[in-house]
Amino acid sequence: MKKLFALLLAVVMLMGLAACGSKNTEEKKTEEGIKVGLICLHDENSTYDNNFIQALKEVQEELGLKDDQVLIKTNVDESDACYNAAAELVDAGCDIIFADSFGHESFMIQAAKEFPEVQFCHATGTKSQTEGLDNFHNAFAAIYQGRYLAGVAAGMKLNEMIEKGTITADKAVIGYVGAFDYAEVVSGMTSFFLGARSICPTATMKVTYTNSWFDIAKEKESALNLINSGCVLISQHADSEGAPKACEEKGVPNVAYNISTISMGPNTALISSKIDWSVYFKLAIEAVMNGKEIPTDYCGTMAEGAVKLTELNEKAAAAGTQEKLDEVQAKLESGELKVFDTKTFTVGGKELTTYTADVVDEGDFVPETEAIENGEFAESVKRSAPYFDIKYIDGISAL
Amino acid sequence: MTNEKHVKEPLFHITRRTDIKPLAAWGIRLIAVVAALIVSALVIVTITNYNPIEVYAKMIEGSFGSERKFFILLQNTAMLLCVSLAVTPAFKMKFWNLGAEGQVLVGGLASAACMFYAKDSLPSWLLIIIMLVTSILSGIIWGVLPAVFKAIWRTNESLFTLMMNYVAMQLVSFFIMVWVPNGSSVMGVLNQKSESGWLPVVFGQKYGLNIIIVALLTVVMFIYLHFSKQGYEISVVGESENTARYVGINVKKVIIRTMVISGAICGLAGFLLVSGTNHTISKELAGGMGFTAIMVSWLAKFEPVMMIFTSMFIVFLQKGAGEIATAFRLNESVSDILTGIIIFFIIGSEFFINYKINMRSKSKGAE
Repeated sequence: MKKLFALLLAVVMLMGLAACGSKNTEEKKTEEGIKVGLICLHDENSTYDNNFIQALKEVQEELGLKDDQVLIKTNVDESDACYNAAAELVDAGCDIIFADSFGHESFMIQAAKEFPEVQFCHATGTKSQTEGLDNFHNAFAAIYQGRYLAGVAAGMKLNEMIEKGTITADKAVIGYVGAFDYAEVVSGMTSFFLGARSICPTATMKVTYTNSWFDIAKEKESALNLINSGCVLISQHADSEGAPKACEEKGVPNVAYNISTISMGPNTALISSKIDWSVYFKLAIEAVMNGKEIPTDYCGTMAEGAVKLTELNEKAAAAGTQEKLDEVQAKLESGELKVFDTKTFTVGGKELTTYTADVVDEGDFVPETEAIENGEFAESVKRSAPYFDIKYIDGISAL
Repeated sequence: MTNEKHVKEPLFHITRRTDIKPLAAWGIRLIAVVAALIVSALVIVTITNYNPIEVYAKMIEGSFGSERKFFILLQNTAMLLCVSLAVTPAFKMKFWNLGAEGQVLVGGLASAACMFYAKDSLPSWLLIIIMLVTSILSGIIWGVLPAVFKAIWRTNESLFTLMMNYVAMQLVSFFIMVWVPNGSSVMGVLNQKSESGWLPVVFGQKYGLNIIIVALLTVVMFIYLHFSKQGYEISVVGESENTARYVGINVKKVIIRTMVISGAICGLAGFLLVSGTNHTISKELAGGMGFTAIMVSWLAKFEPVMMIFTSMFIVFLQKGAGEIATAFRLNESVSDILTGIIIFFIIGSEFFINYKINMRSKSKGAE
């Protein structure tokens, strides 16, 4: 037995030595050009992560980068594993590293402090403004514009159902499957609802939470619960195909997020809103290539192409939806239409004239910033990550 | 298939081996690994068209590609080994502790709670000691509850320990909700600026203390199981409770005492994961280790020293899987398939080590 242990140990050490020997060749590769890393919480099976992965692959092609210049690490937990993944990417010669999940932030900051020569870009995070590191950046997009626009498609569908007599006007109830009751989710559902109500004035919405960003079974179950309690159209802010598939089973229209779900629900998927991360990826990668600064906290807009709607499913959508979408999109892009215009909604029966939001993230969870400006809730203006956390405006209620 | 001789002898029958030599056993395991690698190579070629040798080389690189990767391998091995050491005495006693996941989680939660409430009001060394004690106590509570019920009321320990995992998970969710009122359910790194309650770096290695503590624990557990009266009692209770009773062993006491040890080590693992590794808490803290540990322990036949190798092997496969996914842009499911094939063959080889297949009449002793 002892001999065997000795043998095994020897093999292990040999492997270690052999690997160390090959390290030098790896370092030389980096001189050929830029190297980019991406850290994902899940893999392609999550619509959320897939949206990042596909966007980066697009940019890779556009910039003519090779596969070994774009390293993607999937299934990286929001733990020390994230720091290790970032450090391994630095070892592999990455000049810029992205991470896609909110919980990665502290670990990206830890890596950013240790490797000041590498740029760390964290999507959906809130701390870049308070950390004051030159190489740590946050990014998000004005996804509320996309949600609003997707809501317009939902409103058109509701109107069609009312006209056809499938439902009466007072039964235009939307169901919303949220992940957590977190500002990002609340902001998304509210803008979606405002979009729908701008078209179908009698629309109301019921919300339920799965308490997980990715849970196929729970998302499906939540969607079914909403349908059973009378919701006639479902949308969601959670990352799996659970809700769209439940809707297809029950023949209930669905508005999705991140990716087109037409293949999962050919008869019920209407449209999806999404952030097109390729805009930010390109901006940040090119900044590194050209030695320019990456914005500390970047928020892409619909006008820049960072917020988009996926292809409309003509088979499921109401007639005239595309024309309406084009019209509203033009107004959103020009700034003529404001999503969180305080004249369009009430809270507790009253118009909102002042609201203090928690924008500066010092870990205290104390709101400190006035968010109502020029007659609108200034979402994603003072910080890219959403901070509209009013639960709820009139018309939305918890299931 | 029996050993009795009938008129018609079956094509083959299976008999138990009692006298296999260690070298022969290792020979069978080696054959299994080689066979697994060949089957995996076929799978790789069929579904991805990559050169299997290159894929295997990358797999090795995942653990040994750099000093950092090697230390991550050691760290992950240490954590898995720690949980495996925890479940081992219970399993040896045939007490099916499926609750290591929850025991680790409450241990981690206790540490995180100390860090959250103390912040930097205490000297770090004092905070670390408090965290260690509360974590171990929490682990003990989670482990000993099912043991007491089993010892006194003969409840089913598998179900009880398993369900305690969910209670632990909900507790963690609850506390994160209380501590992080914005609803994001992400705790973030605790005491990131002051590093209060973080295990110190030793020998320039962030995970140094984790690795040293688990190494010591392995030695202690080896001695405990092999050279102590209590370790002997565990073996006897595991072999037969009636025998144990006959020779005057207090079975109830042994069950409860062993689960105190099991829970305490899980609590320690939770402490190491929070204080020495992640410095945060989430439902995923144990990351399935509570269950993987069962496999590690069984594969090593409950031998603490062998568990060093089985746990390292499992971690090596996991790290390799991640490396392949990144290097070849394969979905991690592909690497999971490979891991599955390899583990399947290795577990399968245990059958051929424990049993012998006897073919009809002439040809005998085929493996």
